[in-house]
Amino acid sequence: MYDIVIIGAGIIGTFIARELSRYKLNIALIDKENDVANGTTKANSAIVHAGFDAKPGSKMARFNVEGNAMFDKICNDLDVEFNRIGSLVIGFSEEEMKELQKLYQRGLENHVPDMEIIDKKRVKELEPNISDNVVGALYAATGGIVGPWEMAIALAENAIENGVELLLNHEVKDIQKTQKGYELLTSEGPMQAKCIINCAGVYADHINNMIAKPTFKINPRRGQYFVLDRDARNIVNTVVFQCPTKLGKGILVTPTVHGNILVGPDAEDLDDRENLSTTADRLEYIKEIAKLTMEKIPYHMTITTFAGLRAEPSTGDFIIEESKDAKGFINVAGIKSPGLTSSPAIAQYVVGLVGKILGNLEEKAEFNPTRRKLIRFDQLSQEEKEETIKRDSRFGRIICRCEHITEGEIVDIIKRKAGATTVDGVKRRARPGTGRCQGGFCGPRVVEILARELGKDMAEILKDGRNSNVLTEKTHKGSDGSDVKEWAAVSIEK
Amino acid sequence: MLNYDIVVIGGGPAGLAAAIEAKKSGIDSILVIDRDRELGGILQQCIHNGFGLHEFKEELTGPEYAERFIEQLKELDIECKLDTMVIDITQDRLIHAINTEDGYMTIQAKAIVLAMGCRERTRGAIAIPGSRPAGIFTAGTAQRYINMEGYMVGKKVFILGSGDIGLIMARRLILEGAEVSAVAEVMPYSGGLTRNIVQCLEDFNIPLLLSHTIVDIKGKDKIEGVVLSKVDSHRKPIAGTEKYFECDTLLLSVGLIPENELSKSAGIEMDPATNGPIVNESMETTVEGIFACGNVVHVHDLVDYVSQESRRAGSNAAKYVKDMLIRNGSTLQARPGDGVGYIVPQIIRTDNLEKNLDLFMRVKNVYSHGKLVIRVDGVPVREIKKKHMAPGEMERIKLDLELLKDKNDSILSVEVEKEVV
Repeated sequence: MYDIVIIGAGIIGTFIARELSRYKLNIALIDKENDVANGTTKANSAIVHAGFDAKPGSKMARFNVEGNAMFDKICNDLDVEFNRIGSLVIGFSEEEMKELQKLYQRGLENHVPDMEIIDKKRVKELEPNISDNVVGALYAATGGIVGPWEMAIALAENAIENGVELLLNHEVKDIQKTQKGYELLTSEGPMQAKCIINCAGVYADHINNMIAKPTFKINPRRGQYFVLDRDARNIVNTVVFQCPTKLGKGILVTPTVHGNILVGPDAEDLDDRENLSTTADRLEYIKEIAKLTMEKIPYHMTITTFAGLRAEPSTGDFIIEESKDAKGFINVAGIKSPGLTSSPAIAQYVVGLVGKILGNLEEKAEFNPTRRKLIRFDQLSQEEKEETIKRDSRFGRIICRCEHITEGEIVDIIKRKAGATTVDGVKRRARPGTGRCQGGFCGPRVVEILARELGKDMAEILKDGRNSNVLTEKTHKGSDGSDVKEWAAVSIEK
Repeated sequence: MLNYDIVVIGGGPAGLAAAIEAKKSGIDSILVIDRDRELGGILQQCIHNGFGLHEFKEELTGPEYAERFIEQLKELDIECKLDTMVIDITQDRLIHAINTEDGYMTIQAKAIVLAMGCRERTRGAIAIPGSRPAGIFTAGTAQRYINMEGYMVGKKVFILGSGDIGLIMARRLILEGAEVSAVAEVMPYSGGLTRNIVQCLEDFNIPLLLSHTIVDIKGKDKIEGVVLSKVDSHRKPIAGTEKYFECDTLLLSVGLIPENELSKSAGIEMDPATNGPIVNESMETTVEGIFACGNVVHVHDLVDYVSQESRRAGSNAAKYVKDMLIRNGSTLQARPGDGVGYIVPQIIRTDNLEKNLDLFMRVKNVYSHGKLVIRVDGVPVREIKKKHMAPGEMERIKLDLELLKDKNDSILSVEVEKEVV
């Protein structure tokens, strides 16, 4: 019997798991996918919002502003890349400037620090490539960019090191009330828990409805993006939003922590909670709209396009509460934007809810808030590179030519807790394949390293999801040689 | 710090030929650096034949062709560092490289020959919409898996792009027991060599669908199919022409791009038309003492031409070390005219030419019974009639030095003219 089972190992689930791992609790973090961060967390704008968007008094407003302030410490503790580059919401007309003024006022009400309305001249100083049609902007110094999946992976790793059990490939099929709490029927068998925390992202309503009355609905809202080559990185310095619309914060142009440029997302309501397809018309639409921000975006430097789903709640605000029908069942649902920014504050709040349910939580003396630092070979000085290769020669072999990722880094991220088991898992943790060749050269090497480190055959290695094998089978003349002889015999007979 | 007269970056066909020629030209201190585990570059995965018709007057496979050069390299006792990655080069020819044995190295070279080859354009580069499942490969990556790793990529294959690697892989997959439903090409003509169209598609009854592109990819974990659409003259999909093809593998053969990250770090000027460095008649880039050859300069269709061009780079790098290259003197700029995409070399210093000038170029369209007109400062100096010209087949012109004599600050242009019948 677990004290707590957390359903969903995205940014919210992993954050809650890590915060709860400070206490003497028996915790399982489960996910239906074969890796952590494989839902919304792996496909979003990767923005740490300042907090002026949300309606004052809402959970979104509160947790956004609280969460934003927590990023420096958590990212430092967990060695996650985070950059407070500041954000701009740009206005193209006096009317839009009025909207920006409203946003500014809302920001004040939400207690957002360091905001100002700036004029065209200042905007152009900050962002020389921005459209000449710009009138002014709302500048927020606390806006930033982060690696969202790296953060969830780091949180999972840290949580495991502090005693949380991570169970992947565990899909929840049903939940039953028992005398002491709950029984979860998963694809891998039953599990018992005193307390359940539902962080199931776009499936959070399904999970809720297994045990409680339907009180909310999650609508998957798809957004598509362009990712541009690092050669384009100088086109923009801050996170640049357009004036928000009903459907969201509009198309943005922003650098990523890895030095690429992200353009997107659009917003499109779907019924399908698995549909991560990009579409030609939507990508065209994004180009159209983004043109307003910046006339010359070098799309010929596109290295990939992708789509993500946000979990749009029917309630209009985050749902973070114990279910009225089910004691000890906590919903953390509808965590759309600014969910990533809010995640540290949400996690703390949920710890409070858990405390009320399970009684006073006892802190663990041995809790370690930090994790072993990653070696990012490319970022080291020449001396550090020399030292690193001397210590472990595998850092002397570059596997990913585009991003200069070494074998040492790849082996490390496979061997860590919550380590990579798939090609995309390696890519999310250490970046081989995120460069301009998109894995054309390093893909086979990564498959080979994964097979070697996991003791598997190359044909068993997956790209990402559970049935996504990269390769099918050995060729007729492949490897063990037995087929070769047979083939030779046939030719001789002829 | 290590010191060499010439460091060749890349041990594929270009690097090998350059190193060998430099050695034959009297330079002893040469180092070849390659990031892969063995020499030969991409040739090692090209197990089909057709290599060496010009160089050796026989048909060799890629590894056989490479072997002839690797043997020479060994005989000439040229030093190599394999499994070694150059991470930076500077304008003053200092090379930073790493490997597992030597660790971090700085290498000072008197001359550098860049021979890093090219890479394939990806799905992302052409923004094919749809889902992102497993089973989508560039043709070259699939070739590596099948021919070098001994693993199949799938059984039911669709190929987008009619570049040579895609065509070769269509045949290769059939020989491995897979089914290839079609090769689609967005342009109204193929990007590959005619001989590959015949030997790899027609001989195996694989349809080539010109003016078509993929507008959607289906499948969640693993690719299940692609939606193909006809395109109009602006390469835009025509609504209503969509057709679904079931497949478990999609191969992309949608173009090659020279790999010039290092060239850029050294501040070498690039030609946007080739995506490679601007070079002169000696294959020297705009940074003195740094030479380039092979697919890093422009994408060749025949390795034989790579070898020829690279020998020129090697012998001139040797001349440079011996201070025998003439830096000033009469100079011409080569400019592509109508119908021509690019010309290499872009700069011609006539005093360094011995007898002929070799010009390489690609035309922009398919022409039958046209001619290439070479002009110097607008004045026609030569015309070459061509029965057939296509972007997929590189054109090579040998110009007699006599035609260029006493021309300084001149423009040499080549344009396509349709013969008036």
